[in-house]
Amino acid sequence: METQLILDKWPGAISVVTIGACAANGGSRSQSVAVGGQTAMPLLFKEGGIPNPPRIAFEVWDVPAIDFNPELISAYGQALKDPLAWAKICAEEFKADLLCLKLQGTHPDFGDRSPAQAAKFVFAVLEAVKIPLIIIGSGDDAKDNLVLPVCSEAARGQRCLIGSAVQENYKTLTASVLADGHSIIAESPIDINIAKQLNILISDMGLSLERILIDPTIGALGYGLEYAYSIMERARLAALAGDKTLACPFICFVGQESWRTKEAQAAPRQGIIWETLTATSLIQAGADILVMRHPQAAKNVSRHIADLFKR
Amino acid sequence: MFIIGELINGMYIKIAAAIKERNQEVIQSCAKSQIACGADALDISCGTASKDPLKDMPWLVETVQAITNKPLCLDSSKPKVIAEGLKVSRNPTIINSTTADAEKLDLLLPLAKQYKSKLIGITIDAKGIPQNKDQRLELAAFILAQAQAHDFPLENLYLDPIVMPVNVAQNQIPDILETIAELRMLSAPRVHTLIGLSNVSQGAKHRSLLNRTFLTMAVASGLDSAILDPEDKELLDALITAELLLGKNIYCDSFLEAYRKK
Repeated sequence: METQLILDKWPGAISVVTIGACAANGGSRSQSVAVGGQTAMPLLFKEGGIPNPPRIAFEVWDVPAIDFNPELISAYGQALKDPLAWAKICAEEFKADLLCLKLQGTHPDFGDRSPAQAAKFVFAVLEAVKIPLIIIGSGDDAKDNLVLPVCSEAARGQRCLIGSAVQENYKTLTASVLADGHSIIAESPIDINIAKQLNILISDMGLSLERILIDPTIGALGYGLEYAYSIMERARLAALAGDKTLACPFICFVGQESWRTKEAQAAPRQGIIWETLTATSLIQAGADILVMRHPQAAKNVSRHIADLFKR
Repeated sequence: MFIIGELINGMYIKIAAAIKERNQEVIQSCAKSQIACGADALDISCGTASKDPLKDMPWLVETVQAITNKPLCLDSSKPKVIAEGLKVSRNPTIINSTTADAEKLDLLLPLAKQYKSKLIGITIDAKGIPQNKDQRLELAAFILAQAQAHDFPLENLYLDPIVMPVNVAQNQIPDILETIAELRMLSAPRVHTLIGLSNVSQGAKHRSLLNRTFLTMAVASGLDSAILDPEDKELLDALITAELLLGKNIYCDSFLEAYRKK
């Protein structure tokens, strides 16, 4: 007897978030990238719509890379020492869909660059490359509250994705993102209850739930990947069942987590494998944007996505 | 929980007057306010005071569907009145209700099928109100069997174990809760269960407290729909909290607001 697959139908849908504004929308990006829009669990194409495949963003810093693995250094060469060249090589040579600018140099312990310097860098990247941007603070709440509003303003109208808002510090960033027409990353510490609460807090300030991406906080393979996986799965199930407060696409910072594992340091090529496997596992969990570091890992994952979506 | 707002009912003086005077505004504002409070559907009843329910029902249906596309729950013990309402309905409909009497089921099951309407079956028959759980389940099983005989889709059937006022039949309340739990096991696919909540506090003091306490108990027993007053905020808060504690929604500190954002 032929086995009958049971197909679930869901009443809810993940919202679509578009990053990057082209000339028609008042920006200067060459393309925009839409993520989300699913009406089914990841890759279950027969159960509903999966209009947008996961996308890869290349991580670029505003200062020369610090403590990067030799394998990363050899992939990027001299470009790692010059942030603008780094951004260009990602866009031009590695054909990135998105750039994720991490303003690491603004951190009080990593150079303490001023908000004006950070904004100038954002502006320079917007001039130098035409793909859509994600802009991330240094993770120091007090400094981010000074830096991110100025950078948000520098990129006004470009429909960037800016982060990260956290439960204890979301108001300043939300107000900027709202005023300058961007979307926001809401970060929660592998905690679905906080993810939901933060989305409500942000939407209460007037930024619609359709302009939020959830950063569930992930661990690399062997470092809590499964916790992130199950949080993402639960959030997605609730969202598809109709909970709009969790119906946001996910962004996962795969590169930074993978390259700090001891396995990535242990042997040549292992870092690439680690980053590839972490990313592909998170695609199964529903990741919409993967922020990655090694171009070979990104290429592997990109090929994997093309295979998964070949139908 | 599928919430059917109960407030458009001719037994309320204001609604009865609005029906009599053909005052659409009163009816429509009552509909809007219930929806704003969380009603998924609206019960529509001309009430016993209506002199001409065959005309009043379609007027109410037209009046309400002019401002919402939510399902309408056509509430009358007279199949003819329901039929008049169905004729003019563009919104999805729920027939409220049939008893477990064969002649009524034979009338209303085909009517529900014809209009792709859902149907509420209450566990009473010509002999009266059942006195215990077994009698309720027996009547429910009869309704189910008749529905199957008419090839009626079971997912469109709602079984109502008939809630009695606590000051009239206190000893039946535990039985009613057990019936709700057992109704869910009567068929596959699982049949929906529904109660007219306010009955439990009819003629009693502290009605809101009785209503919300009973509702949480019924939800814990597996109830999935109710006709109630959605404007009773404490009732809705209790319902949202009960469903949260049963794991139907993901917790967050603002869980009441989160539910209402849905």
